[in-house]
Amino acid sequence: MAVGNHDVLTEVGASSRDSRKSAAIDVEVGTDRTLRIHLAGRWNLAEGLPSTRIVEKALEGSPPPRAVTFETANLVSWDSSALLVLERIGRLCRGRGLPVELAGLPEGAHRLLALADAVPEKRDARPPGTRPPWLARVGQTATAAWRGAREATAFLGETTLAFAPLLRGRATFRARDLALVVQECGPQALPIVTLINFLVGLIIAFVGAVELLKFGATIYVADLVAIATVRELGCIMTGIIMAGRTGSGFAAQLGTMNVNQEIEAFVTMGVPPMDFLVLPRMLALCLMMPLLCLYADLIGILGGATVAVGMLAQSPTQYWLETQHAIGFTSIGLGVGKGIVFGVLIALAGCLRGMKSGRDAAAVGQAATSAVVLAIVWIIATDGIFAVICNVVGI
Amino acid sequence: MADERPVHIRVKDLTMAYGDYVVMRDLDFAIHRGEIFFIMGGSGCGKSTLLRHLIGLNEPARGEVWYGDVNFTAASDEEREPIRRRFGILFQSGALWSSMTLAENVGLPLEQFTPLAPAEIGEAATLKLSLVGLRGFEDYFPSEISGGMQKRAGLARAMALDPEVLFFDEPSAGLDPVSSRLLDELILSLRDSLGATVIIVSHELPSILSIADDCVFLDTDTRTMSARGNPRELLAHPPNPNVHRFLTRGRSDGEAGSPS
Repeated sequence: MAVGNHDVLTEVGASSRDSRKSAAIDVEVGTDRTLRIHLAGRWNLAEGLPSTRIVEKALEGSPPPRAVTFETANLVSWDSSALLVLERIGRLCRGRGLPVELAGLPEGAHRLLALADAVPEKRDARPPGTRPPWLARVGQTATAAWRGAREATAFLGETTLAFAPLLRGRATFRARDLALVVQECGPQALPIVTLINFLVGLIIAFVGAVELLKFGATIYVADLVAIATVRELGCIMTGIIMAGRTGSGFAAQLGTMNVNQEIEAFVTMGVPPMDFLVLPRMLALCLMMPLLCLYADLIGILGGATVAVGMLAQSPTQYWLETQHAIGFTSIGLGVGKGIVFGVLIALAGCLRGMKSGRDAAAVGQAATSAVVLAIVWIIATDGIFAVICNVVGI
Repeated sequence: MADERPVHIRVKDLTMAYGDYVVMRDLDFAIHRGEIFFIMGGSGCGKSTLLRHLIGLNEPARGEVWYGDVNFTAASDEEREPIRRRFGILFQSGALWSSMTLAENVGLPLEQFTPLAPAEIGEAATLKLSLVGLRGFEDYFPSEISGGMQKRAGLARAMALDPEVLFFDEPSAGLDPVSSRLLDELILSLRDSLGATVIIVSHELPSILSIADDCVFLDTDTRTMSARGNPRELLAHPPNPNVHRFLTRGRSDGEAGSPS
């Protein structure tokens, strides 16, 4: 048991002389072996609790007291700190089967103690938190992963089913919602997409130039930048940016809607939340990602051109012709196609995590985080699969 | 009788506004120490806004709020700090921190502002939770208990530092009549035992008529306070038709929502 910071133990009689004293406890054993506990001074929670050691000692004394009473003639003021000490003394006495007479206490304290005991403790509250053995934890993690995978697959299925009415021209979401999401994940993403892709193009050109300079082949900087940007980096960088700014946004928004029971409101009114919430987000990203990828390609090439023209003294025309030579429609199409797939993955991760989010602030935060992580993992893994396929097919 | 107590909070000529939109103007009243004071009025009349002004979450367009002899409105953040530390506020939803257990929710202010040792903080949290009938729920998270229990846990947290002023925003909202009456009794016994001033925003007539010492009625029509005093006296002698309508739940026969 921790002892209070204030170790003020006054002699009986001493405390009565100075009522400005801070909280003090003293004991006195009467001739009838009644333990009389004196509470005195000003009790203030902000100053900590006085020690109850003196009471413990008196309870253990021999012969042991037969009853406990309280004396508060010198008590100036009291608050929860007094209640805490009284509760502690009460526990000590109960442990020894001693009767406690509360009559000497101030009326209010008496009443609060009664109030605290009015509702019995909930005993079956919860078993003490035990950590399961490692094998059990491995099992739990594995089943959780399996459950997660099934959940994601089921979600993908539900989303696909939701697309069916759209194809038949009978989608239930509102065009205005779609427009809003399109604006949010299209035009509003342009500044960050511009900045990141320009810098990436710049960096590739710069690093490439340093190496190619050794062979006097700096003309190929344009090829390097064009192929890297158009086939890989344009769509990957844009995908990662969109996962961070839009995917997490979807998860946070849908998660908060879940907390506010807004999603349940859709369900109970017979409006499928998949159609109303997930479909417009999915569509918007599928529409915007290819456009953003094209834009990113262009900006990346521009970044490369800045280095080539500024540092390597190439002419813009020369750079442009070399770029045209390096990439064809296949490469552009590949990049844009990957962009569409990444858009689906980002929207899927964001909406999945948001719709399945827990019901409190921490859970919404987790949903947003895991939406980003999941989307990035999916993007990189899918890109790997694309690389293998391209290699096999020969494009 | 109430007016013999010293004035604790004084609202001077307060006008509340959001931008150009005036919510309420010329509010002027005093709340006495140890009083249970109700801010009442119809939905959307600015009751909660007044509460936000009293605790300093909103700044008045005009006028002042005084705590004792301190002008709270003009005070800097540093000067407000010691006054705020004596506040206990129960928000409408309980506003418990969802990532902490109930004991941690109640213990956090104690950890921050008292020299208590961790074990003592645990004891204090248990004591406060048992005052609201939640002994044994220390290790539960807010999401694992019912709305009424969350509200009571919120009250336990509001009481953690033995506040001088307890603010309640719609304490009975979402509670069944029995729980609501128990909460009223709890508020009453806390006031009687600890001597705290209690300010309650509510339109629950049974609560108002059974535990209020004093109240102010905010009138949506005139956008100012149109009555103040003991609600039972206001019911007996309504100063204007709006107060009468409110206290009788719009019934013309004058029968009130009788106190339970």
